Amino acid sequence: MSGATLILLALALPLVGAIGIAVTGRWEDLREGVTLTTAGALFLTVLAIWGQVSDGKEVALTLLPLLPEVPLAFRVEPLGMIFALVASGLWIINSIYSIGYMRGNKEHAQTRFYICFAISLASTMGIAFADNMLTLFVFYEALSLATYPLVTHHGDEEAKRGGRTYIGLLMGTSIGFLLFAVLYTYGETGTLDFTPGGIMAGKIPEGVAAVLLVFYMYGIGKAALMPLHRWLPGAMVAPTPVSALLHAVAVVKAGVFSVVKVAVYIFGIDFLQTLPTSDLILGIAGFTVITASLIAIRQDNLKRRLAYSTVSQLSYVVLATFILAPLSVMAAALHIAAHAVAKITLFFAAGSIYTAAHKTEVSQLDGIGRRMPWTMGAFAVGALSMIGVPPAAGFLSKWYMLLGAHAAGQWFALAVIIASTLLNAAYFLPILHAAFLKPLSSEAQAHPHGEAPLPIVVALTMTAGLTVLLFFWSAPVVELASALAGMKP
Amino acid sequence: MIAQHLPALQIVLPLLAAPIVVLAGSARFAWLFSVAVCWAAFAVSIGLLAQVMQGGEISYLLGSWPAPWGIELRVDLLNAFVLLLVTGTAAIVLPYARRSVRIEIAPEQQGFFYCMLLLCLAGLLGIAITGDAFNVFVFLEISSLSTYALVAMGRNRKALTAAFQYLIMGTIGATFFLIGVGLLYMMTGTLNMADLAERLQPLHGTRPVLAAYAFIVVGMALKLALFPLHLWLPNAYAYAPSVVTAFLAATATKVAIYVLLRFTFTVFGADFAFADQPMSLLLFVPALLAIFAGSLVAIFQENAKRLLAYSSVAQIGYMVLAISLATAAGLSAGIAHMFNHALMKGALFLALGCVFYSIGSVAIRDMAGIAKEMPWTMAAFVMAGLSLIGVPLTAGFISKWLLLQAAFELGLWWLGLLIVASSLLAIVYIWRVIEVAYFQPRPEGRVAAREAPLSLLLPTWVFALANVYFGIETSLPVTVARGAAAALFGAGG
Repeated sequence: MSGATLILLALALPLVGAIGIAVTGRWEDLREGVTLTTAGALFLTVLAIWGQVSDGKEVALTLLPLLPEVPLAFRVEPLGMIFALVASGLWIINSIYSIGYMRGNKEHAQTRFYICFAISLASTMGIAFADNMLTLFVFYEALSLATYPLVTHHGDEEAKRGGRTYIGLLMGTSIGFLLFAVLYTYGETGTLDFTPGGIMAGKIPEGVAAVLLVFYMYGIGKAALMPLHRWLPGAMVAPTPVSALLHAVAVVKAGVFSVVKVAVYIFGIDFLQTLPTSDLILGIAGFTVITASLIAIRQDNLKRRLAYSTVSQLSYVVLATFILAPLSVMAAALHIAAHAVAKITLFFAAGSIYTAAHKTEVSQLDGIGRRMPWTMGAFAVGALSMIGVPPAAGFLSKWYMLLGAHAAGQWFALAVIIASTLLNAAYFLPILHAAFLKPLSSEAQAHPHGEAPLPIVVALTMTAGLTVLLFFWSAPVVELASALAGMKP
Repeated sequence: MIAQHLPALQIVLPLLAAPIVVLAGSARFAWLFSVAVCWAAFAVSIGLLAQVMQGGEISYLLGSWPAPWGIELRVDLLNAFVLLLVTGTAAIVLPYARRSVRIEIAPEQQGFFYCMLLLCLAGLLGIAITGDAFNVFVFLEISSLSTYALVAMGRNRKALTAAFQYLIMGTIGATFFLIGVGLLYMMTGTLNMADLAERLQPLHGTRPVLAAYAFIVVGMALKLALFPLHLWLPNAYAYAPSVVTAFLAATATKVAIYVLLRFTFTVFGADFAFADQPMSLLLFVPALLAIFAGSLVAIFQENAKRLLAYSSVAQIGYMVLAISLATAAGLSAGIAHMFNHALMKGALFLALGCVFYSIGSVAIRDMAGIAKEMPWTMAAFVMAGLSLIGVPLTAGFISKWLLLQAAFELGLWWLGLLIVASSLLAIVYIWRVIEVAYFQPRPEGRVAAREAPLSLLLPTWVFALANVYFGIETSLPVTVARGAAAALFGAGG
């Protein structure tokens, strides 16, 4: 198949799947079958695209002229490849998990849930393969809207409030800041194509570009830079599979993915080095890393703790990008993948605990490791990856980040990364300690329970395995990430 | 043969059909006949647009009386587009009318209702197509008088006061316009627009011409509801029957904007308006105020129809703002938004019509939880609402894109900021309705609503899908708007 057909397929498959889910909604098993088939087919498609890219072929598609001058166009480049692989691969595992979770908790409106999930994935593919800023913006907005019904799934007052923060912050920033910045860029440069080396240098004066940079970074609200991070903890009202795939992988990674894209292909790393606000963004990212970790320590609700951990980890990517060294840009790309597999594992575990033991708070987890060894074992792997302990994937990206920061002489970034590693340990290790070493509370002893349903256990074991696998078999991802940073691996 | 006479047919069809509808007496026949006429008019306007796009401007001499003396119908890209917009809206809205009218209008009035609607259509089309300044006034009165009657047919007794308010304001506007045209006639001795444009050239510095322009602009500002002359609009939209609101919101103000454009660019010339007179500023400030005041007031409305009416005030502000930039890019943004806004408001008001059909109210409070009972109606509402906000892949996004681009072209980055800030207000008022409809439980005492029948849903969805279609396939509105804008600037020299 030609590259263009494959891209079209990657965009269309989830949408066709969504229709299929709607049609088969009455027969649960069939509906879940459609979801799994679609997810599998999508992953195979993305793999096929990867095959073509590795062969050095150019994979691109121009769909239609959205505006006379700027078409809806797609092109596969290394970063998008990583993002698409991660999102589509984890969708399969997440679907297995969803089946266990949604049935185990007897959630309502499951058909709507799976439909929105499929549409979200289609939007994610659009973001990953977008060849210009307009296309990216289109799918970025589509993703916000498609995930809104998922965030507000429970339909109660809390969901409504969470949803309001979610859509308000995400769309407020994207229309208020990002659209403005995109249009301004277009007005001055006459193009929005993602171009290696950027499109701004020489066309936009540095002072203006410095301001635009701030607009871009806060316009991409999904990257959750403080103080515009509130939507992410708010989104935790969603069912756990949503938190796991969307708010640990697809949506938030779409945010930092866009940040890297903008930095590398719109501004250009060299041009960024001349801008005074690059350091400002670096500072804000560093601040977010530390502050979000400090907040995470104080959260007793497990999902909220994980959410703040995500806020912190997202800013790692921004921080690494704005160290503005090739090695650190590569680390940023690597971290998108490494954090994805680890964080989805952690959320899977949180959902598993909720399904099996109906526990949501960290303080209730004493001794739970003995009852749910698989879940808590996977949780331990995820947590170690977050801290950056080998043999987990998180170690690799942190390692390259440190190397990059050192090479660029960014002592601030270096200090932030090291300090946050300690903080990560401070909010993850107590959970492991309580789960494995503390005795069961009397209240827990009165309510016996075992492991979560099988699909859940299978899913979280798989992602934990991936987290380790990515450490030992990192070459493919490293290769793509190096290509992005313009380095020979 | 017929192709030659399309311009005349465009107005004659609905004008002749109106009395026939009354004479026939039966409401069912009236409806059927009106639908047929509207679709025929729509076909005519498509034919006209095709002719103009192929062969350029059309000049049609009524009764073959030669131009400056007889009445000339003149169709160029701009008014062909407006004709298409007006007839297209009528063609979609009228099939919707049957069931909606049946519950909202007293049976003995239904025949008159369709008659008035056809007259209103004829008036709007006449304004758009004629090349004669006085003729504009005549058709303006035809459309206005029928509109007053249509608004007054609303079920709520307040519709009467709303219609009266509109009557007073509208008459003042029309009178101002007539005074302006009279002054022009006094100075030049002609009423033909093309002729006027020529003869006004040497007279541009004179006071009567200036006064004429001022009267025409203020008169039209009243008709197009430019802030702060918009006061008639919210009540008229809120209390008029659903069909009327949808039809007027999509067409009437757009036609008034067309007249403003026609006189400013074709008759007086862009240089006169924007270089000699401070028209840019005079339009810019009220437009900006309209955008913010309209959006802010919309946020606090308790009635969904009023909310959308205030949103219309704001949206008209966007169009006038775009025009006030006085560049080809700005003008084409304004013209494109005329079209796109008609699509959004058409869909939104028709969706509210469905809601009214089912629960007999459009108070936001009463719409609590309605999305569960009327999923299709509310889905259309959400789609059009997203278009209003300017989400990508909807028509509204294209408007916003063009408008911002026009602002940046002039280096007005702060204006760009204001525009995006104002669209955040649109998120707030649209989301208010969405949250109530989707998340609140049905209030005590309201019986479960039923989804609107297909004959109401279908037109609503045609509009809603048009928002998406023209958000993806943008070549028609964008090329036509750009062509029309270029032509207007060309005509003005």
